[in-house]
Amino acid sequence: MAGVSIRQVNKLYDGAVHAVKDVSLEIHDKEFVVLVGPSGCGKTTTLRMVAGLESITSGEVLIGDTVVNELPPMDRDIAMVFQNYALYPHMSVFDNMAFGLKMRKFARAEIQARVKQAADILGIHELLHRKPRQLSGGQRQRVALGRAIVRHPQVFLFDEPLSNLDAKLRVQMRVELKKLHERLGTTAIYVTHDQVEAMTLGDRVVVMKDGLVQQVGEPLELYNAPANRFVAGFLGSPAMNFVEVRLAERGGALWAEGDGLRIQPLPEQAGRLARLNGGRATLGVRPEDLRIANGSDPEGLCFEADIEVIEKLGAQILLDTRAGSHTIVASVEPTVRARVHDRLRLAINPDRLHFFDAANEAAI
Amino acid sequence: MIEGAAWRKWLFFYLPLAVFVIWLLFPFYWMAITTLRPDGELYRPWNAKNYEPFWTANPTLDHIMLLLEETLFPTWLWNTMLIALVSTLISLVCGVFAGYALARLKFPFAGSLGTGIFITYLVPQTLLFIPLADVIRNFRLGDTPWALILTYPTFLIPFCTWLMMGYFKAIPKELEECARIDGASRWKAMIYIILPVAVPGILSAGIFAFTLSWNEFIYALVFLSSSEQKTVPVGVVSELIRGDVFYWGPLMAGALMGSIPVALVYSFFVEHYVSGLTGSVKG
Amino acid sequence: MATQDASLVASPARRAVRRVRQLEDERKLAFLLLAPTGILLGLFIAYPFVTGIWLALTDTRVGVPGDFVGLKNFVKIWNDSIFRIAVWNTVWYTFVTTVFKLALGLWLAVLLNRHFRGKAFVRAFVLLPFIIPTVLSTFAWKWMFDPTFSVLNWLLWKLGIIDARINWLGDPDLALWSVMVVNIWRGVPFYAITLLAGLQTISPELHEAAAIDGARPWQRFWYVTWPLLLPVTMVVTLFSVIQTFADFQLVYVLTGGGPANATQLFATYAYQLGIGTGLLSEGAAISLAMFPILFLVVILQLLYIRRVETR
Repeated sequence: MAGVSIRQVNKLYDGAVHAVKDVSLEIHDKEFVVLVGPSGCGKTTTLRMVAGLESITSGEVLIGDTVVNELPPMDRDIAMVFQNYALYPHMSVFDNMAFGLKMRKFARAEIQARVKQAADILGIHELLHRKPRQLSGGQRQRVALGRAIVRHPQVFLFDEPLSNLDAKLRVQMRVELKKLHERLGTTAIYVTHDQVEAMTLGDRVVVMKDGLVQQVGEPLELYNAPANRFVAGFLGSPAMNFVEVRLAERGGALWAEGDGLRIQPLPEQAGRLARLNGGRATLGVRPEDLRIANGSDPEGLCFEADIEVIEKLGAQILLDTRAGSHTIVASVEPTVRARVHDRLRLAINPDRLHFFDAANEAAI
Repeated sequence: MIEGAAWRKWLFFYLPLAVFVIWLLFPFYWMAITTLRPDGELYRPWNAKNYEPFWTANPTLDHIMLLLEETLFPTWLWNTMLIALVSTLISLVCGVFAGYALARLKFPFAGSLGTGIFITYLVPQTLLFIPLADVIRNFRLGDTPWALILTYPTFLIPFCTWLMMGYFKAIPKELEECARIDGASRWKAMIYIILPVAVPGILSAGIFAFTLSWNEFIYALVFLSSSEQKTVPVGVVSELIRGDVFYWGPLMAGALMGSIPVALVYSFFVEHYVSGLTGSVKG
Repeated sequence: MATQDASLVASPARRAVRRVRQLEDERKLAFLLLAPTGILLGLFIAYPFVTGIWLALTDTRVGVPGDFVGLKNFVKIWNDSIFRIAVWNTVWYTFVTTVFKLALGLWLAVLLNRHFRGKAFVRAFVLLPFIIPTVLSTFAWKWMFDPTFSVLNWLLWKLGIIDARINWLGDPDLALWSVMVVNIWRGVPFYAITLLAGLQTISPELHEAAAIDGARPWQRFWYVTWPLLLPVTMVVTLFSVIQTFADFQLVYVLTGGGPANATQLFATYAYQLGIGTGLLSEGAAISLAMFPILFLVVILQLLYIRRVETR
C-alpha cells in the first residue's frame, strides 16, 4: 500500500475549460480521504487524473514514490468503484471479480482463493454464478466493491459509489464501507457530493469548489472552524444561517448590526473584527447553536423572531423564523411548545458565532 | 386509435392491413406457383377460358430440374454465398474497429472523418461503377470473386461503421474505464469487454450487410463476365433470357431458390435485422 | 524508465510490452483501427471517384485510351435529348415514388403499431419485398406484367374494369408508371418498419393526454404523432431518395430503359452508353452528373433535418 501525492495539478479541457486549478494534496498511507463539493467542482476530474483516465495538464501525481503521470491506468495498481458500478454485463459475478486478476495473469488457484475471500467479506458467496442483471442495486454495489478488493491494490478510488442506492441502503453501505476500510486499511480516495457521506467516512475531508480546494481537514475541524463561507454553508444540515451585517462601535463595544438583529461578538472575536469597524461582514450561526432565550442570556446574543413554519422531525424541531428580512432556522428541543406566528426570543451560544469577510468570504 | 363499433375496426384496420399484406406478398406466391406449373398451363393467355391463375392441378419439378442440371445455378448460388459471407466479414471487422475509434477515442480530425464516412454511406453504387470497372481491371481483379469481395465493403463498411458507432455510444464508458483500471490495455478492454457487450449490434450489422451484398447487382453485372463466376441475380438475368425468349419457369425457379437462403437467414434473425434496419437511418 | 530498459535489453517480450504501451496512445490506436477502412474506401471509392472525373474529361472508349478533351463530354450530354429525358424521368420517378412510399409506408406503420394477434408474424412477412434480392423479385413483377399471360389483366378483366389487354411495360405512356409501382412495392416495407420504430418511441401517454384534451384521432395524429415523427421521417426519406434517384436494377430488368427511352434513368443510360456501347467517358460523365444533384438534395435535407431537430 502507498500514499498518494497530488502536486499542483491542473486540468484544462481543450485549452479552455479550467476544471482543476492547482490542486495539491498529500494522502497518507492507509488514509481515507473524501473529496466533496457541488457538481462541476473538479472532484471527479481530480480522481480520474489519479486513475489515469484523464491526462494531467500540468503538475504531478505520485502513487507511492512513483510519478504516474505517463502510466496508463493498467500500470497504476489501483482499483476503482464507479457510480453505475460498471459491472461487465456478459460475465458472471465470479468472472467480474476475477477479470482484473486474469489480466494480471494470476494462477487459477490464487484467483479462486482471492475471489472466495472477497465474497466472504462482502457476503455475496451465493451470488457468484449470477449475471449482473439478476442482482439488486445493493448486490451490484457489493460486487463492484468485491471486484476492487480482490486486487489488493495500492489505492482504492471511489466515484460516488453510493448515489445510485436508495436512502436506507445508502446508510447501511456507508457503515459497511467504513468497516471494510478498518479491516483492509487500504488507502482510499472517495468522491461524493453528499456532505453526510463525506463527514462520516473521511479521515480527512477535502472541500472543493470551481476547481479549487477550499479547505482540507478532519470532519469536525471543518465543521467547527470552516475556512470560508462556502465550506460553512456546504457542511451541516440544515445549513448554517447567514446574515449580512454592518460592524459599528457603540458605547465602547463592537456590534454587528443586521436587519432585525443586533449581535455583540465576544471580546476575542471583536479584536479580529476591529479592522472592519464601519464595514460589512457576514454573520453565520448554525441552527443547533440557537435556542429559546431565558432571562439570563446576555442582551448582545439575543434577538426577536416570528415563527413561519414548524418542522417536527422527531429528535428535534426546526423553527423557520423571520427576523427582519432574514429567514433564520433554529433547531430546538422537541419539548419546546411553539405555534406558527408566535413571536419569540432566540439566543445564540456565545462561542459559536462565525464571521466571514464580505469581500473574499474568508472566515475571520 | 380507433374506438367504437366493430365494423369500424374491420373497415379501418383489418381491411387495409389485409390489402397491404396481399399486395406485398402476392409476387412471392406468384413466383412459387409459376415454378411448379407445367409449361402447358404457364403459356395460356390471360383471356383464355381455362386460365386458372392461382392454382395448378399438375405440379411439376421440371423447371427446378432444368435449372439445376442445365445451368450453372448451383455454382452461382455458391459464388453469391461466398462473396456475401466474405465481404460481410471484412466489412464487419472494418466497421467495428472504425466505429469503436469514432465513438470512443479522441484524436485529431475525428469529427471530419465521421462525416466523411457518413457521406460515403450516401454514395450510391451506380455513381462509380464505370471508373470502378477500370480500377478493377487495372488491379487485374476482373472476372474473379475478389472484384466483388473487395468492392462490396465500400458500401457495407460505412453502414456497419455508422451502426456500430451508435451502438458503442450507448455502452457506458465506465465499462472500459473499469477494465483498464483492472489491468487491461485499451486493446484488451475493447476485445474482452466492449465487443462481447456489442454482440447484438454486430449481429444486426452483419445480417443487414449480408442481405445487402446478396442483393447487389450492378457491380456483379459489370465486373463479372464468365458464366461460372456469376452471382445468382446476374446469372438469372444473363443465362435464362436468350434474346427475347424468357424461360419463365426456370426463371421463377431461379428467383425463388435464389431468395431462399437470404430469406432463411432473415427468418432466423428478424429482430436483429429490424434493429439493423432502423439503426441504419438513425440520425 | 520502460524505454531505458528496453534500449538495454531488447528482448522480444519487452518489445511486445512496448507495442502494447504504444497502443495506449489514443491517436495511435485510432489510426490502427481506422487503417483498414481507410485503405478499402480509399482504393475503391476515393480513387475511382478521381479516375471517374478524369475519365469524364477524356474521350476514352473500351480498349482505346483517350485524350484529354475538357468538358466536351458534358457539353455533349447536355445537348443529348435522351439524357434530358433521362434526367426528367429520374426526377419524376423519384418524386412520385417517394410521395407514395411515404404515404403508404406511414399508413402501414400506423396499422402495425396497434396490438393484434400475429403482429410479429405480419411484421416479419411484410419486410420480405425489401429483403429479397431486387432483381429476383422484379422478375416476378415482369412476369405479372407480361402482355400475353398477365395475371393483372386477368384480374382487372374478371372485375369488369377492362375489356382489352393492357400492355403494362410496352406502352410508353404506361411503362414508367408500371416501374414506379414496383419501386413503391419494394420501398413501402422500408418506410413502414423504420417509421414504426419511430412511432414506438412516442409515449402512449401523449396520446392519452391529447385524448383527454379532447383531440379526435385524426387531430391526435396531426398534432402529436406527425411532429414527433418528423425527424425520423426526414432521415428515412433522405436515404430513400438517394437510392431511388440512383436506381438501376428495377428498370434494367423490367424495361431496359425502353420503350423508346420512356423509362430511361440516369443509371440505366450511363450503363447503356458506358458499358453497352463502350463509350466509357460519356458513361462516366453521366454518372458523375448525378453527383451535384444528389449532393444538393443531401445538403438541403440535412439542413432541414437540423432545423427540425433543433426546433
